[in-house]
Order: sequence, then C-alpha cells, then structure tokens
Amino acid sequence: MGIIHERRSLAMITLPALLFLCGCSTLPEVAPGTPPPKRTFESTVKGDKPQMLDVSDSMEGFNRGTYRYNYYFDEYFMRPVVRTYEFIMPDYAEDRVSGAIDNIGDVGNFTNNLLQLKFKAAGITLGRVLVNSTAGVAGLWDPASKWGLERHPEDFGQTLGHYGAGNGSYIVLPILGPSNVRDTAGLVAGTAAFNLVGPAAWVNDSAINTAYTATSSVDKRHRIPFRYRQTGSPFEYDLLRMLYTMQRENDVAN
Amino acid sequence: MMRLLALIFLLGCFCPAHNAGAEPQPYFYPFVNPYEATVMELPKAFEAKLPEEIPAREFTLRVFPKREIPGVFWYENGLVCSIARQNHRAPLIFVIAGTGANHDTPRMKKLQKAFYQGGFHVISITSPTHMDFVVNASAGLPGDSLDDANDLYRVMKLAYEKVRDKIDVSGFALTGYSLGAFNAAFVAKLDEEEKRFNFSKVLLINPPVSLYDSVSALDQLLVDNVPGGMGKFDPWFRSVFAEFASVTKGMEPGGLSGEFLYNTYKRLPPSEEKLAALIGLTFRMSAANMIFTADVMNGGGYIIPKNAKLTATTSLTRYAIVSFNTRFIDYFNEWFLPSIQAKEPGLTRQALLERMSLRSIEPYLKSAGKIGLVHNEDDIILAPGDIGYLQEVFGDRARIFPTGGHMGNMFHPDVVTAMIGFLTGKEDGHGNNP
Repeated sequence: MGIIHERRSLAMITLPALLFLCGCSTLPEVAPGTPPPKRTFESTVKGDKPQMLDVSDSMEGFNRGTYRYNYYFDEYFMRPVVRTYEFIMPDYAEDRVSGAIDNIGDVGNFTNNLLQLKFKAAGITLGRVLVNSTAGVAGLWDPASKWGLERHPEDFGQTLGHYGAGNGSYIVLPILGPSNVRDTAGLVAGTAAFNLVGPAAWVNDSAINTAYTATSSVDKRHRIPFRYRQTGSPFEYDLLRMLYTMQRENDVAN
Repeated sequence: MMRLLALIFLLGCFCPAHNAGAEPQPYFYPFVNPYEATVMELPKAFEAKLPEEIPAREFTLRVFPKREIPGVFWYENGLVCSIARQNHRAPLIFVIAGTGANHDTPRMKKLQKAFYQGGFHVISITSPTHMDFVVNASAGLPGDSLDDANDLYRVMKLAYEKVRDKIDVSGFALTGYSLGAFNAAFVAKLDEEEKRFNFSKVLLINPPVSLYDSVSALDQLLVDNVPGGMGKFDPWFRSVFAEFASVTKGMEPGGLSGEFLYNTYKRLPPSEEKLAALIGLTFRMSAANMIFTADVMNGGGYIIPKNAKLTATTSLTRYAIVSFNTRFIDYFNEWFLPSIQAKEPGLTRQALLERMSLRSIEPYLKSAGKIGLVHNEDDIILAPGDIGYLQEVFGDRARIFPTGGHMGNMFHPDVVTAMIGFLTGKEDGHGNNP
C-alpha cells in the first residue's frame, strides 16, 4: 500500500479529538410505533449467508464521522495543495518525484518480503534499490523495471496477514482513510521501524525529514485518482469499506 | 484499489471526444459486439478531436431554498451545474445527463466540449435520477416522465437566470443522452406550452423508447449473466474483483482513463457475459442510489422506516443491501405506481407505462421539425422493433449508425459531426452561428 508517512503521527494526534466530536450511535432514530418499511432486510435478503457489504465495523459511528472529516480535509486542504503541486510541476518532474519516493519505499518492501520469507521477491527488491539508487540516480528514474526487476510491494499489514492475523474491525483513520485493526497495527509498527532504521534515521535532519513527509504525502494523493462522491452513491462509505477489505484480502493472499 | 473502484462504478461513464477528420471516410467502428461497444472507450485514433480546455465553471442552484436536507446527505449543498461560455453572442444549449450521471462525468464534460466547439454556450445538468438532483431539485419521486420534465424545466429556468447577465444568448437548444434524451423530449414538449425558451433545436442522443422496457432490459443483463443466478452474486463479484486486481496491480497509478480500461481489457478479455453483467450491475447501482435517496427525501416507508432520522453517522449498510437487492421493476410496482395512483386516482398501470414511453408524445415528435435523433442500430437498451419505430417517427431527422452499442460511439467523429450538424442546421457540423 505504498509508503509510510510521518503525517500518520498527525493522524494519531487528531484521532482522540475526533473520538469526542463524533457520536457513536449508528442506528436511525425512529418514532415509537412506526411500522416497518415495505422492503425490510429480512424480507429482501433470503437466508442468513454473510453479505459482502456487511464488513465488521465495531466503531461505525466514529468511522462514518471520520469519513466526513476526511472528505472536508481532502476537499479543502489536500486536493488544493495537490492541484497547486500539479500546476507548478511539469508532469516529467512529478514522475521523477514519484520514482524517488517509490525507491525509498522499496526499503520497506524489501523488509516485508523478507519477513514473509519471499526470498525471490526480496532479492528482486534489493536489486531494484541498488540499481535505482545508483543508475537511477536515487530513484529519479527506474531502470530496474526496464531490466525486468518488477516492484513487489508488501507492507507490514500484509506481513501480519501472511502469518494469519485476521482483518479485525474496519477503521477509518483520520486523513489516511480506510484501514482495519491489523493494517493499523502494521502501520504503527512500520512507521516506528521507518523512523528507527529507515531513511529517516540515516538523515538526522528534521527539516529534510519534514520535507520528505510533505512531499510523499502530496505525491501519494497526486497518484490516487479517487475523488470523494465520484460514485454518486449515498452508500459510498459502505462500498469503499467493502472494496478496501476485498483488496487487502487479495493483497495478503498474493 | 481506487482504480478498481472507479472501474466498476464508472463503467458506463467512459467516452472519448472529437472533431471530424479531414477526409470523409465510411463510418467505421472498431467494436462490433454491442456490449463491448457500450463499455469500451474509442481508441484515440478513432476519436473526434475536442479542445483540451474550455472556459467552464460550476455554479450552484438552491432550487427549494426552504428545503431541509437530512443529515445523512451532509455533503449535499445545492444542485451544482456547469456552464461553458462563449465570449460572443451565441446560442445556449442545455445538456441533460443520462441515468445516474451528474453534470461532470467524463461523458458530460466531453459533450460540453463538443458543443462548445460547435459554437454554443453550454449548460450541463445532472440527471433527475442522480442523488444530487433528487436531494436538491426533485419535487417528488423520480422516474415519471412528466414530473421529471417539470423538475428539469424548473432547474433550467433557474440556471439561465443565474447566468443570463454574463452571456449573450441568441437562442436556445436542448439535448441529452440516454435517459437524458428521453427527458429532453418531454422538456421540449413542456416548453411548447410554457414558451420560456422556444428551443430552436432539440437533439435526442440514444434515447430509450419505453423507459420501463429499457430499464427492465438493463436489469435483466445482470440477472441473466451472473453465473448461477443472483443468489451467487457475492462469489461472482469476488472473482471478477480478483481478476481485475490481478491485472491492474502492476499498473502505474495515474487516473482512470479510457486508455487504462482499454489496456486492462486487452490483457484480460472479459467474456461477453461478464461485460453484460457489469453493465447491468452499473445500472442496478444507479437505480439503488436513486431509490434510497428518493425514499429518504419523501419521508420513507419503502426501504427506511417512515420519518426515520438518518444522520451522518447512521449505519446505512442494511439499507444499502436492501437497495442493491431492489430492482427498478420492484420500485415501480411496489412504490412508484401506488404513489402516483394516490395522487391521480384512476390512473392504470398501463396508462402510467405508456406515459413513460416516447410513444405517448408520438404526434408531437412526428410533427416537431426541430427535434432530431442520433442512435445506433445495435443499442442494447432498445427492444426489438424500436429502431424501426424511431426511424418512422423521426424520418430524415434520424441519424442511425449501424454499430456503437449504447453510446459507445458518442465521440466518433461522424457522430459528433452529425450532432453538431443537426443542432446548427449545417451539414458539415462546424457552424458557429446557427
């Protein structure tokens, strides 16, 4: 799922504040004595087989509130920043930035491939880092892919899944969006590792680290085509939750 | 993941653009299978040439200023429309989006460019079946040709009032595609009585003849093509998801272009059944969105309990599941028909079905020389005999292409030329001053 960002620490700070702001009640208020609607869940859905849309979501009220918060954050802060970035930067330069950030991210991919005992993929990833950091000028270009060394993205959430950790409940993280208990744990561990032994630790300069964090955040948003409300559906939250869960199950399985 | 999401949900919303080529050639369309034609975007080489950028901007209408928007629609804040303005005197064309589409889907944006290039000021309007319209601009239940026309006409008048000081308008035209074309026919007829715009030209692009028949056919595509039936929908969807994920995993992010879809398709040719089911699924989801939204806005009773209070944090999952398991036909029979009958006692089912068909305004369509039609012989929303019927009604005002599916060829150079040609009254389609 890409690169680990320090802005996640911002998320951890805002999270408790949001918990207070968002009500956690998730059932609709109905006047006593109201008859059931014409089509109820029970009358429409035959049998009791689990529904694809019905993902474990024990903090649903909080999550839906966070989803709304994220929409406003994206609409009024992140996307204007990204639009400015895209306006200023030539496409060619944007791609070079993405390459450099992917190259740093390959360090995490290498570690997680190794942790999952995927030695071939780990070897290829190590090769990528070596080739792209040198011939690719710190990853600005990606000669490794041209030589057949494809990316093998793996994160710590996938590693936990690889060893049998279930999804756990769905969680919408402030700013970062869809996650679940397992992936959030992976994120925290991955971020800690990145700060302790990753590139952030090699460069002991907070200004550079801040610049990296900001750039990678903007680059990440720049590369995700998702737009809130693009589905035109009142069930966008439910659809995203389902697709995120299916996607991660796929990622772990592969 | 977002690409995949977009792929599934915007399946029906891709389409290219452009302008006539220099040399006339016989019409050629690369996808002869109508399902393929409907889903696939024209490869670049076949597209008409449209401007990269046009001076378009959005504006918001408060159609019912006193209406209280329920908390569950916290993101709704008026009906957003968009206008592309010429900097000189020019006719103004209204474009109505198709089922479940809003004013700025890729297809609507390209149409805006095509008509702007054809010399029009262009106002793009969200479909009355889209959530945004239902929340902000529908007076009742969406789906009735007459009510929808009234709602659209109200929006068009307000939209024009909002921008009239900023544009120099020489006349009015109207168009729409798919359900939007169907809506346009009824709006045109309404305008004959109210005379607010006196449209000089009205162009229907791939309309259904009978709304009920078309939506039934679209829904049937899903029901008939999920292997093992709808009871096996979940495993089927998971397998389709996994297939797409396996193909798209290694691809560079960077937007959901038609090119992306085309490349995915080339690497993993889906079967015709799969394409048909995905078209049906896209439609089912549009219908579900509309039905739930209409239920909330009309006080509930169908899917949600009457007067239930839904807020931004209310769980909608169960309502979503019920909505996605509700066919348009169910909505029609169980809720729409009884509601209309309550308002118009004595109205029979048959009479309502007829009202939701172009046949109900056939004499008008036959006699109105200003109304033209662009369609495809292999359009999947038409019933057998519909094309013959449309040809008979519109005569030489109909331009029927042999292939293209449901709007797959909308931005083929010949189609764009035919559209602009009719609207401007000029054969070559490049008139600036109709």
